[in-house]
Amino acid sequence: MNLTILRKNERAQVVLGLLIGIAFGFLLQKGQVTSYDVIMGQLLLIDFTVVKVMGSAILTGMIGFYLLRNRGLVQRHVRTGSWGSNVIGGLIFGLGFGLLGYCPGTVAGAVGQGSLDALFGGVIGLLIGAGIFARVYPVLSKKILNRGAFKSTLIPDLLHVQEQTAVVLMAIGIVVVLGGLEILGF
Amino acid sequence: MVWYFDLPYWDPYLVGVGIGLLVCLAFLLSDRPIGCSTAFVKIRGLIEKLIRGPKVEAMEYYRQIPPRVDWQFMIVPGIMIGAFFSSVLGGTFSPGWIPPLWQQTFGGTIYLRVLVALLGGIFLAMGARWAGGCTSGHGISGSLQLSVASIVSAACFFAGGILTAMVLIHVIG
Repeated sequence: MNLTILRKNERAQVVLGLLIGIAFGFLLQKGQVTSYDVIMGQLLLIDFTVVKVMGSAILTGMIGFYLLRNRGLVQRHVRTGSWGSNVIGGLIFGLGFGLLGYCPGTVAGAVGQGSLDALFGGVIGLLIGAGIFARVYPVLSKKILNRGAFKSTLIPDLLHVQEQTAVVLMAIGIVVVLGGLEILGF
Repeated sequence: MVWYFDLPYWDPYLVGVGIGLLVCLAFLLSDRPIGCSTAFVKIRGLIEKLIRGPKVEAMEYYRQIPPRVDWQFMIVPGIMIGAFFSSVLGGTFSPGWIPPLWQQTFGGTIYLRVLVALLGGIFLAMGARWAGGCTSGHGISGSLQLSVASIVSAACFFAGGILTAMVLIHVIG
């Protein structure tokens, strides 16, 4: 099948990575989520642009992914999480998120729109942090990352429902949250 | 169509739908979730390789995430280029060191902003690699696959971020 050939063609994939990155950066910037004030506004709970972008992205992507997967065109890329990895790592990420005011994708977008704090603070900091992590990884992977593994990998397993039921429940949840924000005037 | 690119910003819901479709396209054409934090490990590894030579590749973490120019690497320069075009077309491109909210809270000292951003970047990269993904990899691409690990990670990103931002702006600021 042509898709298999395309996915294995490393040169084509480098070009595709660049093109998907360009489209992603374009969308993030047009959505204003490459702006420090918009991201901090979300974390301060006064501006809900980030939730609106992420909520509608998850809703659209979830339905699209479900339909494509039912036709055998895409496969899942998920891992079973753990307290040691996802909760501790997630909270450390949050500390950095609040201090920097950008995340790893939006910091790159902020650089593109001219934010010099994102370039000389954020990107340099990320490169330092990546180097530190590479050095502590052997110890972390032995002692912390696998601690307290989650029992379920997927939401349907967690809730003991069928996959399509979980998709419908997630979709309702997202619509309720986004609708609620609109009704409350955010 | 061209006039639409000239708008400074688009509706956030429209942008979200676009990102959702883009993630599906990445799964379809590249068999990958869109994630950004891996690229920083690859860039860091390549810089280390330039300075310290090929022995860098023997490090356990770089054996898992090889420092090379590939799909995952290209996402980050791609985002920079895409955001550059979007901001230039929309007339929102503006070089600056201090965002307005920071200016209001802490004033216009450049080194203070850069120092805190640097510290934030260090924690952000460590946390992202610790949790195995960032706002796009876990928050969007993982959540839409109904991954428990991704949804828990995203909840922790925002819980930690909200707490930190509140303390930074309301308590310290």
